[in-house]
Amino acid sequence: MLRPRITPCLLVHKGGLVKTVGFKTPKYVGDPINAVKIFNEKEADELVVLDIDATVNNTEPDYKMIANLAAECRMPLCYGGGVKSPEQAKRIIGLGVEKVAISSAAVEHPELITQIADEIGRQSVVVVLDVKKRLFGKDYDVFTRNARTNTKCSVFDLAVEVEKLGAGELVINSIDMDGVMKGYDLALAEKIRQAVNIPITILGGAGSLDDIEALIRACGVIGASAGSLFVFKGVYKAVLINYPTMAQRDELIRKALC
Amino acid sequence: MIHVVDYGLGNVQALLTMFKRLGFDATRAKTASDLNEASKIILPGVGAFDHAIELLGRSGMRSVLETLVLKNKVPVLGICVGMQIMGTSSEEGRLAGLGWVPGKVRSFRSNERSAILPLPHMGWNDVQPKSGLPIFAGLESDARFYFLHSYFFECDEPSHVAAVASYGIDFSCAVSACNVHGVQFHPEKSHHFGAQLLKNFAVL
Repeated sequence: MLRPRITPCLLVHKGGLVKTVGFKTPKYVGDPINAVKIFNEKEADELVVLDIDATVNNTEPDYKMIANLAAECRMPLCYGGGVKSPEQAKRIIGLGVEKVAISSAAVEHPELITQIADEIGRQSVVVVLDVKKRLFGKDYDVFTRNARTNTKCSVFDLAVEVEKLGAGELVINSIDMDGVMKGYDLALAEKIRQAVNIPITILGGAGSLDDIEALIRACGVIGASAGSLFVFKGVYKAVLINYPTMAQRDELIRKALC
Repeated sequence: MIHVVDYGLGNVQALLTMFKRLGFDATRAKTASDLNEASKIILPGVGAFDHAIELLGRSGMRSVLETLVLKNKVPVLGICVGMQIMGTSSEEGRLAGLGWVPGKVRSFRSNERSAILPLPHMGWNDVQPKSGLPIFAGLESDARFYFLHSYFFECDEPSHVAAVASYGIDFSCAVSACNVHGVQFHPEKSHHFGAQLLKNFAVL
């Protein structure tokens, strides 16, 4: 049976790992390589690393850091941040990364998705859409540049478009839920699951393993990604990297899918 | 010495790191002469079938590999697209494969039971090996590996199927024909399961 994926998402800011709330107030939580080593030991399903500076500062991806992460990482790795061209994506894949995530550039220049898919294969192209619920109605706007720019595009329209253009995976990142740790936006997840037929991953809101179980129960085989949950412990948010054991994951999935 | 073929595709570094951790000597082969001392060969790969065949041709290593694998019977392990190009042909491309394992690479989209599922087939799936294969020693039950693909290998000869996984349909996720082995999944990214398989290959 193909299993739902439970994926830690790590944010890189000024060379260190941070965790944000609502895409703001980055709090330092440690060193990226050290975190990869811990997730290796925990045998995590896969890992997402997003450099949140590269696009905003208009810099190249930090290839040296990516190479170091990829060499250390014994689980599938997805890198995102500052990727604007097929050449960059190809170079990153060449460093030993399985998937390349594009976000702002994909929204601003959708043809880029096809160009990158042609270069590295669509299975390795991940499009990340940062979304915020509209004040009125049930739709969600897609934002770019760390939630600074509202494109006013509906996430559901864009999701379908992105699939058509050649994305191999869609990550929906909820700005409203980021760092809140009160559970995923299940209504959003269910509507996205129905809208596209590529693997999807939901990020934003997980505060406990029960939240992950609820997402899998609602959507079936899906990617459940989380930041805060896997880097903080306890009500005071002490930094402690943690991740469920294989037996805990199996039990969680068994309960969710029964 | 294990030689990992670096023709511009696939995660060569992750494989080298993994073998080092397991205590085996492994090196990167970028040219035909690099392959002189090869006693084991890993052929990795990601992306499109035709692209992989073209790059392997351009690397200048193809004919040496053919001699080593077909004539000298050096054990070889293909990974992902590295396995697929060992077949005869692919629905994904127009070029002929290496033909080391008779079989065609098919798309999940061309079968109605797998086409309705999200593609690519991405994530951790159970792998059911045929019993008694040294490459799956210690992985006979409860083995799981990481997959990332939309095409799969269909052996012409059922006895070449080494392991089966299921995604809408049962498909051969590993093949074994004499000294030629291939896996669709990524052992270099499959934690202790993958480590066990690479170790098994190293001691073949």
